[in-house]
Amino acid sequence: MDFRLNEEQQMLQDTVARLVRGEYSFEKRLEYSESDAGFSVDFWKQLGELGLTAVPFPEELGGFGGGGVEVQSVMTELGRGLCLEPYLQSVILGGGLISQAGNDSQKAAWLGGIASGELQAAVALQEPQSFYNLNDVETRAEKADGGYVLNGRKAVVIGGHCADVILVSARTSGDSRDASGISLFALQADTAGIERRTYPTIDGFKGCDLTLNRVKVSDDALLGEEGSAGGVIEYQSGRGIAALCAEAVGVMEVASELTLDYLKQRRQFGVPIGKFQVLQHRMVDMMSELEQARSMAILAASVADEEQNDERRRILAAAKNVIGRSGQFISEQGIQSHGGIGMTWEYNFAHYAKRLIMINHQLGDDDFHLERYASLLQAS
Amino acid sequence: MNMNYTAEELAFRDEVRAFLDKKLPADIAAKVKGFRRLSREDYQRWQKILSEQGWYATHWPKEYGGAEWSPVQKHIWDEESGRYGVPRSIPFGVNMVAPVIIRFGNEEQKQTYLPRILSGEDWWCQGYSEPGAGSDLASLKTRAVRQGDHYVVNGQKTWTTLGQYANMIFCLVRTNTEVKAQEGISFLLIDMNTPGISVRPIITLDGEHEVNEVFFEDVKVPVENLVGEEDKGWTYAKYLLTYERTGLAGIGLSKAALAHLKELASRRIKNGRPLIEDTVFSQRIAEVEIDLTAAAISNLRIVASVEGGGMPGAESSMLKVKGTEIRQAINDLARRAIGPYAIPFVEEELNFEYEGEFLSDENAAPLSAQYFNNRKLSIFGGSNEIQKNIVSKMILGL
Repeated sequence: MDFRLNEEQQMLQDTVARLVRGEYSFEKRLEYSESDAGFSVDFWKQLGELGLTAVPFPEELGGFGGGGVEVQSVMTELGRGLCLEPYLQSVILGGGLISQAGNDSQKAAWLGGIASGELQAAVALQEPQSFYNLNDVETRAEKADGGYVLNGRKAVVIGGHCADVILVSARTSGDSRDASGISLFALQADTAGIERRTYPTIDGFKGCDLTLNRVKVSDDALLGEEGSAGGVIEYQSGRGIAALCAEAVGVMEVASELTLDYLKQRRQFGVPIGKFQVLQHRMVDMMSELEQARSMAILAASVADEEQNDERRRILAAAKNVIGRSGQFISEQGIQSHGGIGMTWEYNFAHYAKRLIMINHQLGDDDFHLERYASLLQAS
Repeated sequence: MNMNYTAEELAFRDEVRAFLDKKLPADIAAKVKGFRRLSREDYQRWQKILSEQGWYATHWPKEYGGAEWSPVQKHIWDEESGRYGVPRSIPFGVNMVAPVIIRFGNEEQKQTYLPRILSGEDWWCQGYSEPGAGSDLASLKTRAVRQGDHYVVNGQKTWTTLGQYANMIFCLVRTNTEVKAQEGISFLLIDMNTPGISVRPIITLDGEHEVNEVFFEDVKVPVENLVGEEDKGWTYAKYLLTYERTGLAGIGLSKAALAHLKELASRRIKNGRPLIEDTVFSQRIAEVEIDLTAAAISNLRIVASVEGGGMPGAESSMLKVKGTEIRQAINDLARRAIGPYAIPFVEEELNFEYEGEFLSDENAAPLSAQYFNNRKLSIFGGSNEIQKNIVSKMILGL
């Protein structure tokens, strides 16, 4: 048993950490956030040049076949910097879906670009009515000569406003919440009939809702077999959950460090407020939640790339549930510990707090995963 | 990053399982798993079996008859113990006073007391808390005055667990009133049969006689029963408390209690369906199981860091808080699982030998009592608030 990173993993994490420290000051982040892309195109390029966007991909694509732990190392540091780049959407989810479901020519067409960062992918798996259930798909794809016609609406596609390729789930058969009958399509973002409504997110990203209005695609846009994408989407969103958990741990680390510093600096009643027991215990509770979250991020990373089974499902649901709860706790208690300054735009803590709450809204919140875990509960 | 046991550790686990398969008495395991009362004889019978195997004093050095287990081995033992229904070990002798004697005692004390702990000849209890000294332990008032080759001890100790069975007590006593509270405390080993000692039971809210008050009236204790130096007892006391804290998280016990809860919830019926399928109840179980999963990994991280040569520090305080909260939450759910049958208190059903008809479920009777009894978890071994003070000071530097 050894919970330390090996030398390679440590080097990887140090590299990302150095890069983030150099490029991602709080002030710069605000600028990146307000740019058209909503993130730093230069920083994204650097991640690509250093091979960091290729981490989970095999060697022939310039990567080193990194698994859950390598992804964890990258995501934690991106979390510490509150980085806005579409690593989760493009590299983990987009790259993962194509790797798992795509045929050779589709992989050849997309994966090289995604691994190098030159192509940006986004995933459109949710719909206005779907809440967090990715099997709840009402967008339809009808067979037409030589391809499909897609109609429907996709919700909250982070990074979708500037992606080159968007992976869209659509129903080719079955009822709206059936696990089977879901198909996955790789859409060029400029395909006729795709309408994007772009917006900023409350935690500083950019995203869009997509309306698909008689979007015509050829057969080679279909990833994998028709109607059988449900399992692929579930598996890859599991990898996404593990990555998000790692990011969340990075965010929580900084949020806790900022709060602890503040307790030592801020003076009231003639003493640093950290001398007050009620604040000390709150800080200990925050640390304790962070430790729980860290444990679950480690556990999630250890199953992220394992074969799908109920044990993997349980662990990922448990991890996302813990991250959701601990993230909200640290966010709320951190703001409270800071008092008024924690409420301001100009102080960085609030941005960490917002990211933590929004991570809970990505790929299922704590309630969603609690319900999921409960449905997998076994009498022992 | 590697979360698996090594081949040697797996072999050790097999050895533990084979031992428990063969040697753990079925009646004792059944009592533990059903939360029934264990008698003094049960504890002693099991201790004897462990001693014969050389597994009673798990972390003592080999030269004193210990097993010298590594942290990972100890962890494996705790996990398997929970699964098999191994009785908790009564820690006061083997895990509390013994490490102090080994570290700070003189040769004669080692030769006298360690073998008697191993053989079960001595049953130790702990004389720390007093009516006026709980969380503020250093304010203790029990006086020991040196008169020739004796100390004369006067005062009162309380919350003395299983003191009614004990023939020895280790006590913190005040030997100096002229100095700072922490600097005037000594560590004495006292024979419970000495004239002037009386033990009075304290009955807890669940009707149990588990703890006692111990009174000292002009009790003469030979000076050779002083451990280490006079007035240095606080150092030894703190050393003992760090030992006590590790393991207080009770992850193995929580796992066993959770398995019991899930089994109970699959048997109880609500709205015509097993309770474990009830929307609200299944989510309550799910949440506590998830928290336990995380705490178990946190525990492993501490175990692995100690195994790698690190020190178990205030991290174990953090885990004590989390671990006890989780166990109390499981006890809470087990009580809820029997619905209105949480109300009757049918004491005879607590006894393993009971052969009559059970009022409801055969495992129902102890559940409310156990819930109340385990409110102690967040109070003893340093209350959870004291643990947070420790973390705040030692880790956060506040």
